[in-house]
Amino acid sequence: MAAPPGVTERYFTRWYKPDVKGNLCEDHCILQHSNRICVITLAEAHPLLQNGKTIKSINYQISANCSRLQNKVSGKSKRGAQFLTELAPLCRISCSDGKEYTIYSCIRGRLMEVNENILDNPAILQEKPSTEGYIAVVLPKFEESKTITQGLLTQKEYEEVLLKRFNSTS
Amino acid sequence: VCNVCLGILQEFCEIDFVKKVCQKVNSAEYQFTSFVFSVSLPPQLSVREHAAWLLVKEEMGKQGLSLAKEDIVQLKETYKWIIHPLFSEELGVPADGKSLFEVSVVFAHPETDEDCHFLATVCSDCFKPAKNKQSVFTRMAIIKALDKIKEEDFREHFPCPPSSPKNICAALEIQCTNGAIFVAGRYNKYSRNLPQTPWIIDGERKMESSVEELISEHLMTAFKADSFNFSSSGREDVDVRTLGSGRPFAIELVNPHRIHFTAMEMKELQQKINNSSDKIKVRDLQLVTREAIGHMKEGEEEKTKTYSALIWTDKAIQKEDIALLDDMKELKIDQKTPLRVLHRRPLAVRSRVIHTMKSEYIDDHHFRLHLKTQAGTYIKEFVHGDFGRTKPNIGLLLKRTADILELDVESVDVDWPPALND
Repeated sequence: MAAPPGVTERYFTRWYKPDVKGNLCEDHCILQHSNRICVITLAEAHPLLQNGKTIKSINYQISANCSRLQNKVSGKSKRGAQFLTELAPLCRISCSDGKEYTIYSCIRGRLMEVNENILDNPAILQEKPSTEGYIAVVLPKFEESKTITQGLLTQKEYEEVLLKRFNSTS
Repeated sequence: VCNVCLGILQEFCEIDFVKKVCQKVNSAEYQFTSFVFSVSLPPQLSVREHAAWLLVKEEMGKQGLSLAKEDIVQLKETYKWIIHPLFSEELGVPADGKSLFEVSVVFAHPETDEDCHFLATVCSDCFKPAKNKQSVFTRMAIIKALDKIKEEDFREHFPCPPSSPKNICAALEIQCTNGAIFVAGRYNKYSRNLPQTPWIIDGERKMESSVEELISEHLMTAFKADSFNFSSSGREDVDVRTLGSGRPFAIELVNPHRIHFTAMEMKELQQKINNSSDKIKVRDLQLVTREAIGHMKEGEEEKTKTYSALIWTDKAIQKEDIALLDDMKELKIDQKTPLRVLHRRPLAVRSRVIHTMKSEYIDDHHFRLHLKTQAGTYIKEFVHGDFGRTKPNIGLLLKRTADILELDVESVDVDWPPALND
C-alpha cells in the first residue's frame, strides 16, 4: 500500500538552493508552509546525508557574539528575533572525518527557532532530514513572503540540476 | 426662546414632539415591554445652568440664604421628569431605568457652541487634546471646568443672565436600540469541508459558508437583529467533525427588533436550522443571559475533550504494538506552537495532559485512537509530532513515523447550556 502524503507533502512546498556558497553539493531544501513559515532543511544530496558520514558535533555559536541558541522571540509579532539574510550561517557541523560544514539560512526573515533536538542526537538529522532533523524555522516578512522564493529552485528545476550534475560527473 | 434651557423645557416638552419621536419608534417595529429614555444635551447648557445658579445664589444671598449647586435640580433630570409620563402614555409601556429598549435623542445648538470656549483659556488643564478630530469641549470636560472655575472668573467671561438665543435646539438624532439578546446551544459538524468562521482572504471567499453563518443566518432573520457575535467553547479545524452531543456555542444578537420567543418557538427555530443544512445540527437552542460568554470561555480553557483519530504508521504494527498506549494515563506532553499556526500565535511551549487513550487495531498500517485530553491540546501535532516539536508524540511512543488521516471530536465535556428534552 502506498504511503499517504505526509505532513510535509500536504502542507509544504519544497524549494531548493544547490551548492550554497559555492560549495559543491551542499544543497539546502526550504520547506515553505502555506502560511509563509519556512523550515530550513538539508537536501538529500548534501554531503552530511551520504553513507558513511558520522556527525561529531553541531554548534549553533556562529561567531563570538552570536549564538542561534540565544534567539528569543516574544509576542505575536515575534519581536527580538535575530534577523537573517540569505547567507546568514545557522550552525556549523563537524564530522568524525574532520570535515566541517556550515548550514545557511538561504532566505531572509526572522529566526523563530533552531532545532535543539539534533544537538543531543545528531543522528536524527541524517535519519529524518525533512522532519525531525530540520535545522531552523524562519518567518519571512509579510511583504516579502512571495518574493523570498525568487532566488530558489522549484522541485522540477532542482531535479534538472541534479541530472546535469550526474551527467557531468559520469 | 429661554436663555437657560434653549427650548428643551419649552417646545421639546410638548406632545407634538413626543408624538414625532413615538412615530419613529413605532415605524422601526421593535418589540418591547418598557423603555429607557436617554437624552444628550449640548454641553453649553451646563454653562447656562451654571450662570443661572450664580444669579439665583446672589439673590438668595441678599436674603441671607445659601444655595449650593447640588440643591438645584439639573435640567436633564427635570426634562426626564416631564417627558417620561408623556412617552409612557404614547408608547403604552412604562419607563424603566433598567430597560433594554433605549430611545435616545441627541440635541444640538450650533448657534451657541462657542459659549463654552472661554473655559479652555481659564481652565486649560481640564481640556485634553482632541482625539480623532472630535471637539475637545466634551460634556465631561466642561463639567470639570465649571467645578473648578472661580465665580469671579466665570462672571468675567460669561454674561449673567445669559444672552437670548435666536433659535431653539434641534433634535439631531432620534434612535432606538434594543439591548443584545443571547442565544445558546450545542452544534454538531458533519462536514470535513466547513470552516468555523468565514474563510476570506484579500476579499475573496476561499471556502463556501461556515458553521457560524449556517447557525446565525436563521437567528438573525427571526430576531431581526443588526449583527451578531458568535463564540464557542473552543473550535475545530475545517476537516474535523464534531460528533456526540456537540460543542457549546453562544450568539449575541445585536439590536434585535424582536425579543419574545416561547420555548415552542425556539424549538421550531432549532428545527428550521437543522432542516436547512446537513453539514451542521444544533440542539438545546435556548435564550440565555450575558453570562453565557463566560461559560464559553470556561469551557474552552478548562474542560476536557475526547477525540477519535484515524492513524497511519509507516512500519507495520501488530495489536501488541499499540496496546501500550491504552496503559498510559495522565501522559504529560510539551507542545511548541504548531508550525501551522506559528504565523499568528506567539512562539511558546504548552504543557498538556493526555488523560486516557484507547486503541482499536484496524490493519498493519492503521489503527483508531480514542483519547481524552486537557483543553487546548493540539491533537494532530500529538499524532505526527510536528517536526519533533511536540514531545512525546504517537510516533515516538510507537517508535515509528505516524500520521493522522482523520480526526473527530467525540465530546466537549461541558454541561452547559442546560440540556433540553428534544
